[in-house]
Formats: sequence, C-alpha cells, structure tokens
Amino acid sequence: MLLLTCPNCGDRNVSEFRFGGELSSRPKDPSALSSAEWANYLYMRNNVMDAQTEWWHHNAGCGLWFLAERHTRTNEVIKTYPYAKRNA
Amino acid sequence: MLPTKQMSVQLLRQAFNSSQPPPRMWRSHELKERYDVVIIGGGAHGLACAYYLAKEHGITDVAVLEKSYIGAGGSGRNTAIVRSNYLTPEGVRFYNESVKLYEQLSDDLNFNVMFSQRGHLTLAHTDGGVNTMRRRAEVNQIEGVDSRLIWPDEIKRLCPYLDVSDHPRYPILAALYHPPGGIIRHDAVVWGYAHQADVRGAHIHQNTEVTGIKVKKGKVTGVETTRGRIKTGTVLNATAGWASTITTMVDIKLPLTTIPLQACVTEPLKPFLDVVVVSGSLHVYISQTDRGELVMGASVDPFSSYSMAGSLTFLEGIAGHVLELFPALSNVRILRQWAGICEMPPDYSPIMGFTPINGFLIDVGWGTYGFKASPIAGKTLAELIATDKTPDLIAPFRLSRFEENDLVGEKGAASVGH
Repeated sequence: MLLLTCPNCGDRNVSEFRFGGELSSRPKDPSALSSAEWANYLYMRNNVMDAQTEWWHHNAGCGLWFLAERHTRTNEVIKTYPYAKRNA
Repeated sequence: MLPTKQMSVQLLRQAFNSSQPPPRMWRSHELKERYDVVIIGGGAHGLACAYYLAKEHGITDVAVLEKSYIGAGGSGRNTAIVRSNYLTPEGVRFYNESVKLYEQLSDDLNFNVMFSQRGHLTLAHTDGGVNTMRRRAEVNQIEGVDSRLIWPDEIKRLCPYLDVSDHPRYPILAALYHPPGGIIRHDAVVWGYAHQADVRGAHIHQNTEVTGIKVKKGKVTGVETTRGRIKTGTVLNATAGWASTITTMVDIKLPLTTIPLQACVTEPLKPFLDVVVVSGSLHVYISQTDRGELVMGASVDPFSSYSMAGSLTFLEGIAGHVLELFPALSNVRILRQWAGICEMPPDYSPIMGFTPINGFLIDVGWGTYGFKASPIAGKTLAELIATDKTPDLIAPFRLSRFEENDLVGEKGAASVGH
C-alpha cells in the first residue's frame, strides 16, 4: 500500500498517515462495566484476515481522523470516509 | 557446537556407504479419525510441544497440522537471535530456561542446530537508554543471567567496526552485554524437532489447514480440516501471526494485532562481526551468519496486516540506521528481503495456557520474540497438557491476566519501538 485517500486531501503517500487500529465501539455506561468487559474493550481485538474497518490519522496533513475499509491480507483499500458518514 | 558422538559415527558410516539415500526427516501419514492431542501450527513451537509430549510424558498420539509446509511462518522468517536479557523477572526466568534448552539442543535432538553463543550487545544512545540497560542488567543478574553494562572502550574491543565516536547523530554511550546470547540455525531447530517428534510417533500433516473447531457444551470435541475431520479432546493453537483466525472459530477474542516484521540479508562478507548488535533507539539488529551474510531486522511495520510483502520504506530506513552504526558498510549490497507476521499483545508478553473453552489451549502473543522461546514454550505446554496444571514458569502469561489487570510489561522485547 503506497497511497491512501484522505477525505479532505485526496490521494497522499501513506507515510503521511498514522494507523489508529481497528474500529471498536465505546461502552455506553463505563461505570457499569465488569473487569472482563473492561478488558474486552481495552485489549481484545477481532484482528481479522479480511476486510477491516479501521482508524487512520492524516497527521502530516490536514489532521483528520477518518475511517478506512482495508483488506488485511492484500492491503487493498476498499474505501475511506469521515467518521460521520460511517453508516451512509 | 561440536557434533555429537552419534553424529560422528553416523557420518563415518555414511562415508563408506555412498549408495544409501539420505533418510527422510519425517514421514507423511493418512489423517487418523482420532488423536489424543491436535496441535495447530507446524512451526518451532508446535513441533517442540509434540516432541516434549512424547519424550517427557509418553503422549505420542499427537497430530501437528500445518496449513503450508513445516516452518513456513515465523519459524523460518525470524532473525534467529537467542537471548534471555529481558526486563521483567518473569520474562528473564522464562527465556533463560529457553537458552539452557537451546544449549543442549544439538545433543538432545542428535542434530546440529548450530547454536553460536557469540555474545549480544544492546546499545544505549541516550541517558534514558543507559538507565534502562542498567536496570535490565540488575534484573538479569538477580535471576542468574550473565549480563552487564559496558562502556564504549569495551564495546570497541568486542566490535571494532562499530562507530563508537561522538560523530553520529545518536552516539553510543553504553551497551548491555549478554555473553550467552547468540544466533542459531532456525530451520535446523524446526527440522530437528520435527524429526524427533516423528521418530517418537507424532504425525506431522503438512498442507492441512484447519477450517473449523467443534465444541460441545463448552468442551472441544474435534477439528475440521481441508483433509477431513479429526476427533480430539485437546487442541493447541500454536499459529502465531494467524492465531486470531483460529480462535475466532471458537468465538474467543484475543488481545492481539497482527503486524508484519521485515528483515533482510546482505551479500556475504569476510567474517568481521562476532557479536549480535542491537539498537533499540535506531530500531535495528544485525548479526553475521556463518556464511558471512549480514542478517538485519528493524521494527514492526507502521500498520497491521497479514501481508508478507516487503517494502522499500523498510529497506531505506534500515540501510540508514545500519550505516550510522557501521559506516564501513556503505558499499554492501542487499541480497534479499522478506516479512513475517507477528501477533502483538499489548504488554509484549506471550499468552499461554487455558482458555474459557475446555480442551482449547493457546500458545500465542509471540510478537517479535517467539522463536527464541520455542524449546521452553513447547516443554511447558507439554507439561500443561499432560498434567492439566499450569507450570509456575508460565503462570504469569495466562490469558486471564488482562481482566485481572496483571499485565507483564516486557519492555525488553525487540522491534517494538520503545
């Protein structure tokens, strides 16, 4: 993977970006979580060998945190989009 | 390491018998309907476990399932460094037992694994780095591991071509010197374990991929593979980089992210580098093999992936860092580069032993430090399988440590950028 498409800046060298890990959902009521649920949120990952929705940060560019769908075996980027459009 | 007596006799016998074909290292078998133990992953860990199960506990009804060929994953892709100068007492104790087993391995397997204990230097380029090395030396010495802090004059004596002047951007201030550390022939370790496991009755099945795991009432009952079904009550997941793809079959989530780690090798040079040289600040480790090639590795890739493609970014980065340490290498050419995949846990310590599913065991979280642990990982897991109890040595590495908030922060691990 050499290029990544920033929703603001378009195709840029992947070295301008920082990888932010797979997308996970925050707990709705943190105070009600058990230790196991906390461990699940903090540490456990799906780590799929398949298409993965993940965070990227354009840290040497516009500074946007956005989402990408990438296949983790081929590194093919299927699409990138702002977090606000994740269900579109 | 000198060849064993048996090997010399065998060698002599072969010399007078030119017509004899070389013996097969391991045989192929039909898949049996049932095995006592099924080990997923035919790398150094899985094969070592099969070997110690047979040797120490008399458990020989064992299948090792490998989706590709023996040693195709991390076992054949690492940079073959063996050491025990870690930072946490748990880690030092564990890896020290591994070094002890490696020291005896050629005799034990009757196969020369070419373990060369040439000494291991971890360079410090900052005051903070020197403090970390001092701390590691203290922990190592308390655990009985030969390890001490040395200064540029002694570093220069051990490694004359290293630039210890104050000219580089990050001058070398000190080093952690670990005399028992060294390099080994990693393929020989895999083949030696495979051969001895095979001799003792374990079945090694190559090109046999696991596609499903059967669980009934919270207990493992069998495994589905591309070559058919197997009934078994005990399954060990020893698939390293691919660990999550196996545990997802039984709905267990692990604290792992799979990230590629790249390495490369140069054209052969005359012997000039005796020790293994590592720099955490520059993200590089380098050693010279018996063939004269320089084996070099860097830090893990900047994003997670199961792809084993190499990158130019890596080569450019490592070349710059190696030249900062060894300016004399500026005309040396790279022969080849490759990548392996590492499943990184959050605390850089392995995850071994029981899971919430009865009979489903894991040997994962081996990140960038799995190969050097192969003998002791295989031995302790064999004991766990045979006795159904977790050996003390690996109790700190249990899966439940994450919800018990009892992590083992191993900052002495290589290539993880700290």
